[in-house]
Amino acid sequence: MPLKITSKTVDDNLIRKVREISGQPIYKCYQCGTCTGSCPMVEHIDATPRRLMALVQWGQAEALKDVNTPWVCASCHSCQVRCPRGIELPKVMEALRQIKLRTNENQIEPSNLQPEEIIDLPQIAMVSGFRKMTS
Amino acid sequence: MSISYYPGCTLKTKAKNLETSALAAMKELGIEVEELDRWNCCGAVYSLADDDLIHIIAPVRDLIRVKERGHDTVITLCSMCYNTLARANELMKTDEEKRKTINMFMDEEQDYAGEVRVVHLFDYLRDDYGWDKLKEKIKKPLDGLKVGPYYGCTLLRPKEVALDRPDSPSIFEKFLEILGAEVSNFPLATQCCGTYQAIGNPDAATKISYEILTDAVAHGAEALALTCPLCDYNLGKRQNIMKDKIEGAPEVPVYYFTQLLAVALGLPAEDCHFELNRESAVNLLKEKSYI
Repeated sequence: MPLKITSKTVDDNLIRKVREISGQPIYKCYQCGTCTGSCPMVEHIDATPRRLMALVQWGQAEALKDVNTPWVCASCHSCQVRCPRGIELPKVMEALRQIKLRTNENQIEPSNLQPEEIIDLPQIAMVSGFRKMTS
Repeated sequence: MSISYYPGCTLKTKAKNLETSALAAMKELGIEVEELDRWNCCGAVYSLADDDLIHIIAPVRDLIRVKERGHDTVITLCSMCYNTLARANELMKTDEEKRKTINMFMDEEQDYAGEVRVVHLFDYLRDDYGWDKLKEKIKKPLDGLKVGPYYGCTLLRPKEVALDRPDSPSIFEKFLEILGAEVSNFPLATQCCGTYQAIGNPDAATKISYEILTDAVAHGAEALALTCPLCDYNLGKRQNIMKDKIEGAPEVPVYYFTQLLAVALGLPAEDCHFELNRESAVNLLKEKSYI
Protein backbone atom coordinates (compact mmCIF):
# COMPACT_ATOMS: atom_id res chain seq x y z
CA MET A 1 0.00 0.00 0.00
CA PRO A 2 1.42 3.41 -0.90
CA LEU A 3 2.26 5.71 1.98
CA LYS A 4 1.11 9.29 2.02
CA ILE A 5 3.88 11.31 3.61
CA THR A 6 2.92 14.88 4.41
CA SER A 7 3.67 17.21 7.30
CA LYS A 8 0.42 15.98 8.83
CA THR A 9 1.32 12.28 8.78
CA VAL A 10 4.87 12.64 10.12
CA ASP A 11 4.81 12.25 13.89
CA ASP A 12 7.96 13.90 15.27
CA ASN A 13 7.12 12.67 18.74
CA LEU A 14 7.27 9.06 17.64
CA ILE A 15 10.65 9.60 15.97
CA ARG A 16 11.97 11.27 19.11
CA LYS A 17 10.71 8.50 21.40
CA VAL A 18 12.07 5.67 19.26
CA ARG A 19 15.49 7.34 19.05
CA GLU A 20 15.52 8.00 22.76
CA ILE A 21 14.38 4.57 23.96
CA SER A 22 16.36 2.57 21.39
CA GLY A 23 19.45 4.77 21.40
CA GLN A 24 19.82 3.79 17.73
CA PRO A 25 20.86 5.91 14.72
CA ILE A 26 17.72 5.11 12.76
CA TYR A 27 18.67 7.32 9.79
CA LYS A 28 21.71 5.19 9.08
CA CYS A 29 19.38 2.55 7.62
CA TYR A 30 19.66 2.60 3.83
CA GLN A 31 16.88 0.09 3.23
CA CYS A 32 18.96 -2.82 1.93
CA GLY A 33 16.59 -5.40 3.44
CA THR A 34 19.28 -7.69 4.89
CA CYS A 35 17.26 -7.66 8.13
CA THR A 36 14.18 -8.91 6.35
CA GLY A 37 16.19 -11.66 4.68
CA SER A 38 17.47 -12.72 8.10
CA CYS A 39 14.18 -12.63 10.01
CA PRO A 40 12.89 -16.10 11.00
CA MET A 41 9.43 -14.65 11.68
CA VAL A 42 9.10 -13.00 8.27
CA GLU A 43 6.03 -14.99 7.21
CA HIS A 44 4.22 -14.13 10.44
CA ILE A 45 4.72 -10.35 10.44
CA ASP A 46 2.71 -7.77 8.55
CA ALA A 47 5.55 -5.27 8.05
CA THR A 48 9.04 -6.55 7.33
CA PRO A 49 11.90 -5.16 9.46
CA ARG A 50 13.05 -3.09 6.46
CA ARG A 51 9.63 -1.53 6.00
CA LEU A 52 9.31 -0.98 9.73
CA MET A 53 12.58 0.97 9.71
CA ALA A 54 11.24 3.17 6.89
CA LEU A 55 8.00 3.79 8.80
CA VAL A 56 10.00 4.78 11.87
CA GLN A 57 12.33 7.08 9.89
CA TRP A 58 9.28 8.85 8.47
CA GLY A 59 7.43 8.94 11.79
CA GLN A 60 4.45 7.08 10.38
CA ALA A 61 2.67 6.58 13.69
CA GLU A 62 -0.69 5.81 12.10
CA ALA A 63 0.73 3.12 9.81
CA LEU A 64 2.72 1.64 12.70
CA LYS A 65 -0.21 1.53 15.11
CA ASP A 66 -1.52 -1.91 14.21
CA VAL A 67 1.67 -3.46 12.87
CA ASN A 68 2.31 -6.78 14.64
CA THR A 69 6.05 -6.92 13.90
CA PRO A 70 7.44 -5.83 17.30
CA TRP A 71 5.07 -8.29 19.01
CA VAL A 72 6.07 -11.25 16.85
CA CYS A 73 9.78 -10.38 16.96
CA ALA A 74 11.56 -12.92 19.17
CA SER A 75 14.62 -10.69 19.78
CA CYS A 76 16.82 -13.30 18.11
CA HIS A 77 19.27 -10.60 16.96
CA SER A 78 19.80 -12.18 13.51
CA CYS A 79 19.03 -8.83 11.87
CA GLN A 80 21.47 -7.06 14.17
CA VAL A 81 24.50 -9.26 13.51
CA ARG A 82 24.02 -8.93 9.76
CA CYS A 83 23.10 -5.24 9.48
CA PRO A 84 25.76 -3.57 7.28
CA ARG A 85 24.99 -0.23 8.95
CA GLY A 86 25.49 -1.51 12.47
CA ILE A 87 21.96 -0.73 13.58
CA GLU A 88 20.70 -2.73 16.53
CA LEU A 89 17.21 -3.42 15.20
CA PRO A 90 16.05 -5.41 18.24
CA LYS A 91 16.40 -2.16 20.19
CA VAL A 92 14.13 -0.38 17.72
CA MET A 93 11.59 -3.21 18.17
CA GLU A 94 11.94 -2.82 21.94
CA ALA A 95 11.29 0.91 21.68
CA LEU A 96 8.09 0.29 19.72
CA ARG A 97 6.96 -2.24 22.32
CA GLN A 98 7.84 0.08 25.18
CA ILE A 99 5.90 2.98 23.69
CA LYS A 100 2.72 0.90 24.05
CA LEU A 101 3.64 -0.87 27.32
CA ARG A 102 4.45 2.43 29.02
CA THR A 103 0.81 3.42 28.66
CA ASN A 104 0.04 0.51 31.02
CA GLU A 105 -1.42 -1.57 28.25
CA ASN A 106 -0.50 -5.26 28.07
CA GLN A 107 0.02 -7.10 24.80
CA ILE A 108 -0.66 -10.47 26.42
CA GLU A 109 -2.60 -11.20 29.59
CA PRO A 110 -0.77 -13.56 31.95
CA SER A 111 -4.08 -14.58 33.54
CA ASN A 112 -5.20 -16.00 30.19
CA LEU A 113 -2.52 -18.68 30.27
CA GLN A 114 -4.13 -22.05 30.87
CA PRO A 115 -3.02 -24.09 33.92
CA GLU A 116 -2.12 -27.04 31.68
CA GLU A 117 0.15 -24.75 29.67
CA ILE A 118 1.85 -23.33 32.77
CA ILE A 119 2.67 -26.82 34.06
CA ASP A 120 4.93 -27.45 31.06
CA LEU A 121 6.28 -23.93 30.44
CA PRO A 122 9.83 -23.35 31.60
CA GLN A 123 10.21 -20.37 33.96
CA ILE A 124 12.37 -18.52 31.45
CA ALA A 125 9.52 -18.62 28.90
CA MET A 126 7.20 -16.80 31.27
CA VAL A 127 9.77 -14.37 32.65
CA SER A 128 10.95 -13.39 29.16
CA GLY A 129 7.47 -13.33 27.62
CA PHE A 130 6.07 -11.13 30.38
CA ARG A 131 9.13 -8.88 30.25
CA LYS A 132 8.56 -8.31 26.54
CA MET A 133 4.80 -8.16 26.38
CA THR A 134 3.37 -6.84 29.63
CA SER A 135 3.63 -3.39 31.12
CA MET B 1 40.89 -23.21 41.69
CA SER B 2 37.19 -23.24 42.27
CA ILE B 3 34.79 -21.13 40.22
CA SER B 4 31.27 -19.90 40.84
CA TYR B 5 28.29 -21.61 39.28
CA TYR B 6 25.09 -19.75 38.43
CA PRO B 7 22.18 -22.16 37.79
CA GLY B 8 19.21 -19.86 37.08
CA CYS B 9 15.58 -20.61 37.87
CA THR B 10 14.65 -23.21 35.26
CA LEU B 11 17.52 -25.58 36.02
CA LYS B 12 16.18 -26.35 39.48
CA THR B 13 12.87 -27.72 38.19
CA LYS B 14 11.80 -27.99 34.53
CA ALA B 15 15.36 -28.38 33.26
CA LYS B 16 16.78 -30.41 36.13
CA ASN B 17 18.15 -32.78 33.48
CA LEU B 18 20.44 -29.98 32.25
CA GLU B 19 21.76 -29.21 35.72
CA THR B 20 22.26 -32.70 37.15
CA SER B 21 23.99 -34.02 34.02
CA ALA B 22 26.28 -30.97 33.90
CA LEU B 23 27.22 -31.13 37.58
CA ALA B 24 27.95 -34.86 37.34
CA ALA B 25 30.04 -34.31 34.19
CA MET B 26 31.99 -31.40 35.69
CA LYS B 27 32.72 -33.47 38.80
CA GLU B 28 33.97 -36.32 36.63
CA LEU B 29 36.16 -33.89 34.68
CA GLY B 30 37.59 -32.40 37.87
CA ILE B 31 36.05 -28.97 37.30
CA GLU B 32 35.30 -27.64 40.77
CA VAL B 33 32.33 -25.32 40.91
CA GLU B 34 30.51 -23.75 43.83
CA GLU B 35 26.90 -22.72 43.39
CA LEU B 36 26.30 -19.12 44.42
CA ASP B 37 24.39 -19.28 47.67
CA ARG B 38 22.34 -16.14 47.09
CA TRP B 39 21.64 -16.02 43.39
CA ASN B 40 18.54 -14.39 41.96
CA CYS B 41 16.79 -14.58 38.58
CA CYS B 42 18.89 -12.97 35.84
CA GLY B 43 15.75 -11.57 34.16
CA ALA B 44 15.92 -14.13 31.30
CA VAL B 45 16.18 -11.40 28.65
CA TYR B 46 18.62 -8.52 28.58
CA SER B 47 16.92 -5.15 28.61
CA LEU B 48 17.10 -3.51 25.18
CA ALA B 49 15.72 -0.10 26.16
CA ASP B 50 18.48 2.47 26.50
CA ASP B 51 16.78 4.24 29.40
CA ASP B 52 15.93 1.10 31.35
CA LEU B 53 18.60 0.39 33.94
CA ILE B 54 16.40 -1.20 36.60
CA HIS B 55 16.40 -4.52 34.73
CA ILE B 56 20.20 -4.57 34.72
CA ILE B 57 20.25 -4.61 38.52
CA ALA B 58 19.30 -8.29 38.91
CA PRO B 59 22.10 -9.75 36.76
CA VAL B 60 24.65 -7.30 38.20
CA ARG B 61 23.71 -8.39 41.74
CA ASP B 62 24.54 -11.96 40.75
CA LEU B 63 27.92 -10.84 39.45
CA ILE B 64 28.59 -8.96 42.70
CA ARG B 65 27.88 -12.22 44.58
CA VAL B 66 30.65 -13.85 42.52
CA LYS B 67 33.08 -11.02 43.24
CA GLU B 68 32.28 -11.14 46.98
CA ARG B 69 33.20 -14.80 46.99
CA GLY B 70 36.61 -13.94 45.62
CA HIS B 71 36.03 -15.80 42.38
CA ASP B 72 37.03 -14.33 39.03
CA THR B 73 34.83 -16.57 36.85
CA VAL B 74 31.19 -17.60 36.87
CA ILE B 75 30.03 -20.53 34.80
CA THR B 76 26.53 -20.85 33.34
CA LEU B 77 24.70 -23.72 31.63
CA CYS B 78 21.46 -22.12 30.44
CA SER B 79 22.24 -20.06 27.36
CA MET B 80 19.67 -17.38 28.21
CA CYS B 81 21.29 -16.86 31.62
CA TYR B 82 24.68 -16.77 29.93
CA ASN B 83 23.52 -14.08 27.52
CA THR B 84 21.86 -11.90 30.14
CA LEU B 85 24.73 -12.08 32.63
CA ALA B 86 27.41 -11.59 29.97
CA ARG B 87 25.67 -8.54 28.47
CA ALA B 88 25.11 -6.95 31.86
CA ASN B 89 28.79 -7.56 32.54
CA GLU B 90 29.79 -5.91 29.24
CA LEU B 91 27.68 -2.87 30.09
CA MET B 92 29.32 -2.53 33.51
CA LYS B 93 32.74 -2.81 31.90
CA THR B 94 32.24 -0.40 29.04
CA ASP B 95 29.60 2.21 29.91
CA GLU B 96 30.98 4.50 32.58
CA GLU B 97 27.88 6.64 32.97
CA LYS B 98 25.48 3.74 33.39
CA ARG B 99 27.95 1.92 35.64
CA LYS B 100 28.00 4.92 37.98
CA THR B 101 24.22 5.15 38.09
CA ILE B 102 23.81 1.42 38.78
CA ASN B 103 26.48 1.41 41.48
CA MET B 104 24.94 4.46 43.13
CA PHE B 105 21.50 2.86 43.04
CA MET B 106 22.81 -0.24 44.80
CA ASP B 107 24.53 1.69 47.56
CA GLU B 108 24.26 -1.31 49.91
CA GLU B 109 26.48 -3.32 47.57
CA GLN B 110 30.16 -2.96 46.78
CA ASP B 111 30.90 -1.21 43.48
CA TYR B 112 31.15 -3.39 40.41
CA ALA B 113 32.95 -2.67 37.12
CA GLY B 114 32.82 -5.96 35.25
CA GLU B 115 35.68 -7.65 37.12
CA VAL B 116 34.14 -11.11 36.84
CA ARG B 117 34.39 -13.26 33.71
CA VAL B 118 31.08 -14.78 32.58
CA VAL B 119 31.47 -18.07 30.72
CA HIS B 120 29.24 -20.82 29.42
CA LEU B 121 30.31 -24.42 30.00
CA PHE B 122 31.02 -24.63 26.25
CA ASP B 123 33.67 -21.91 26.11
CA TYR B 124 35.04 -23.01 29.47
CA LEU B 125 35.66 -26.49 28.03
CA ARG B 126 37.26 -25.02 24.91
CA ASP B 127 39.35 -22.21 26.40
CA ASP B 128 40.12 -23.29 29.96
CA TYR B 129 39.81 -27.06 30.15
CA GLY B 130 40.89 -27.83 26.60
CA TRP B 131 39.44 -30.12 23.96
CA ASP B 132 42.43 -32.50 24.12
CA LYS B 133 42.00 -33.08 27.84
CA LEU B 134 38.27 -33.62 27.35
CA LYS B 135 38.95 -36.17 24.66
CA GLU B 136 41.09 -38.22 27.05
CA LYS B 137 38.17 -38.50 29.48
CA ILE B 138 35.69 -40.00 27.02
CA LYS B 139 34.93 -43.58 28.02
CA LYS B 140 31.88 -44.39 25.90
CA PRO B 141 32.18 -42.63 22.54
CA LEU B 142 28.80 -42.01 20.94
CA ASP B 143 29.81 -43.90 17.78
CA GLY B 144 27.15 -43.86 15.14
CA LEU B 145 24.87 -41.32 16.79
CA LYS B 146 23.95 -38.71 14.20
CA VAL B 147 23.42 -35.48 16.09
CA GLY B 148 22.42 -32.06 14.82
CA PRO B 149 24.05 -29.29 16.89
CA TYR B 150 21.39 -26.66 17.55
CA TYR B 151 22.88 -23.36 18.70
CA GLY B 152 19.82 -21.13 18.79
CA CYS B 153 20.39 -17.43 19.42
CA THR B 154 21.82 -16.54 22.77
CA LEU B 155 25.21 -18.26 22.57
CA LEU B 156 25.99 -16.43 19.33
CA ARG B 157 24.20 -13.11 19.30
CA PRO B 158 24.90 -10.27 19.73
CA LYS B 159 28.57 -10.31 18.73
CA GLU B 160 29.83 -8.82 22.03
CA VAL B 161 28.96 -12.01 23.88
CA ALA B 162 29.22 -14.58 21.06
CA LEU B 163 31.09 -17.79 21.95
CA ASP B 164 31.99 -18.23 18.32
CA ARG B 165 31.45 -16.62 14.90
CA PRO B 166 27.73 -15.78 14.85
CA ASP B 167 27.12 -16.91 11.27
CA SER B 168 29.48 -19.86 11.02
CA PRO B 169 30.14 -21.31 14.46
CA SER B 170 31.91 -24.62 15.02
CA ILE B 171 32.23 -25.00 18.80
CA PHE B 172 29.21 -27.32 19.10
CA GLU B 173 30.38 -29.47 16.18
CA LYS B 174 33.83 -29.81 17.77
CA PHE B 175 32.27 -30.78 21.10
CA LEU B 176 30.09 -33.47 19.51
CA GLU B 177 33.05 -34.81 17.53
CA ILE B 178 35.00 -35.22 20.75
CA LEU B 179 32.09 -37.16 22.23
CA GLY B 180 32.45 -39.50 19.26
CA ALA B 181 29.13 -38.57 17.66
CA GLU B 182 28.57 -38.08 13.97
CA VAL B 183 27.78 -34.40 13.40
CA SER B 184 24.88 -33.56 11.09
CA ASN B 185 25.30 -29.94 10.08
CA PHE B 186 22.14 -28.18 9.03
CA PRO B 187 21.54 -24.63 7.79
CA LEU B 188 18.95 -23.68 10.42
CA ALA B 189 21.21 -24.57 13.38
CA THR B 190 21.51 -20.91 14.34
CA GLN B 191 17.93 -19.88 13.57
CA CYS B 192 15.66 -18.88 16.44
CA CYS B 193 13.17 -21.46 17.78
CA GLY B 194 10.64 -18.72 18.58
CA THR B 195 11.71 -18.41 22.23
CA TYR B 196 9.13 -16.55 24.39
CA GLN B 197 6.74 -16.35 21.44
CA ALA B 198 5.69 -19.76 22.75
CA ILE B 199 3.34 -17.70 24.92
CA GLY B 200 2.87 -14.65 22.67
CA ASN B 201 2.40 -16.22 19.24
CA PRO B 202 2.50 -19.97 19.82
CA ASP B 203 1.54 -20.87 16.24
CA ALA B 204 4.43 -18.88 14.80
CA ALA B 205 6.83 -20.49 17.30
CA THR B 206 5.51 -23.94 16.36
CA LYS B 207 6.00 -23.25 12.66
CA ILE B 208 9.59 -22.06 12.91
CA SER B 209 10.48 -24.87 15.33
CA TYR B 210 9.00 -27.32 12.83
CA GLU B 211 11.22 -25.86 10.11
CA ILE B 212 14.30 -26.34 12.29
CA LEU B 213 13.45 -29.97 13.10
CA THR B 214 12.67 -30.92 9.50
CA ASP B 215 15.85 -29.19 8.31
CA ALA B 216 17.93 -31.15 10.82
CA VAL B 217 16.29 -34.44 9.81
CA ALA B 218 16.71 -33.64 6.09
CA HIS B 219 20.44 -33.22 6.72
CA GLY B 220 20.77 -36.61 8.35
CA ALA B 221 20.28 -35.89 12.05
CA GLU B 222 18.55 -38.58 14.08
CA ALA B 223 18.65 -36.41 17.20
CA LEU B 224 19.19 -32.81 18.23
CA ALA B 225 21.51 -31.46 20.93
CA LEU B 226 20.94 -28.05 22.50
CA THR B 227 21.82 -25.84 25.46
CA CYS B 228 18.72 -23.84 26.38
CA PRO B 229 15.60 -24.89 28.33
CA LEU B 230 13.40 -22.66 26.19
CA CYS B 231 14.74 -24.19 22.97
CA ASP B 232 14.14 -27.58 24.58
CA TYR B 233 10.55 -26.58 25.25
CA ASN B 234 9.88 -25.32 21.70
CA LEU B 235 11.82 -28.01 19.86
CA GLY B 236 11.37 -30.91 22.27
CA LYS B 237 8.36 -30.82 24.56
CA ARG B 238 6.13 -29.03 22.06
CA GLN B 239 6.62 -31.71 19.41
CA ASN B 240 3.31 -33.16 20.60
CA ILE B 241 1.48 -29.91 19.83
CA MET B 242 3.44 -29.62 16.58
CA LYS B 243 2.22 -33.05 15.48
CA ASP B 244 -1.39 -32.02 16.14
CA LYS B 245 -1.01 -28.81 14.14
CA ILE B 246 1.26 -29.84 11.27
CA GLU B 247 0.79 -33.03 9.32
CA GLY B 248 3.94 -35.06 8.96
CA ALA B 249 5.84 -33.30 11.77
CA PRO B 250 8.77 -35.57 12.69
CA GLU B 251 9.57 -37.20 16.02
CA VAL B 252 13.08 -36.03 16.93
CA PRO B 253 14.86 -37.02 20.15
CA VAL B 254 16.27 -33.89 21.82
CA TYR B 255 19.08 -33.81 24.40
CA TYR B 256 20.90 -31.24 26.43
CA PHE B 257 24.58 -31.17 25.40
CA THR B 258 25.50 -32.06 28.98
CA GLN B 259 23.41 -35.24 28.90
CA LEU B 260 25.37 -36.48 25.89
CA LEU B 261 28.58 -35.46 27.67
CA ALA B 262 27.61 -37.39 30.81
CA VAL B 263 26.75 -40.49 28.76
CA ALA B 264 30.04 -40.29 26.84
CA LEU B 265 31.91 -39.94 30.14
CA GLY B 266 30.34 -43.23 31.19
CA LEU B 267 28.25 -41.72 33.99
CA PRO B 268 25.06 -43.47 35.15
CA ALA B 269 21.83 -42.59 33.31
CA GLU B 270 20.28 -41.47 36.63
CA ASP B 271 22.55 -38.41 36.51
CA CYS B 272 20.76 -37.31 33.35
CA HIS B 273 17.12 -37.42 34.45
CA PHE B 274 16.03 -38.67 31.06
CA GLU B 275 12.44 -38.86 32.31
CA LEU B 276 12.30 -35.12 31.58
CA ASN B 277 13.20 -35.70 27.92
CA ARG B 278 10.99 -37.09 25.20
CA GLU B 279 10.53 -40.83 25.41
CA SER B 280 12.21 -41.18 22.02
CA ALA B 281 15.38 -39.63 23.47
CA VAL B 282 15.93 -42.33 26.07
CA ASN B 283 14.79 -45.05 23.64
CA LEU B 284 17.39 -44.04 21.06
CA LEU B 285 20.21 -44.17 23.61
CA LYS B 286 19.07 -47.61 24.76
CA GLU B 287 18.75 -48.82 21.19
CA LYS B 288 22.36 -47.79 20.55
CA SER B 289 23.39 -49.41 23.87
CA TYR B 290 24.92 -46.20 25.25
CA ILE B 291 22.89 -46.56 28.43
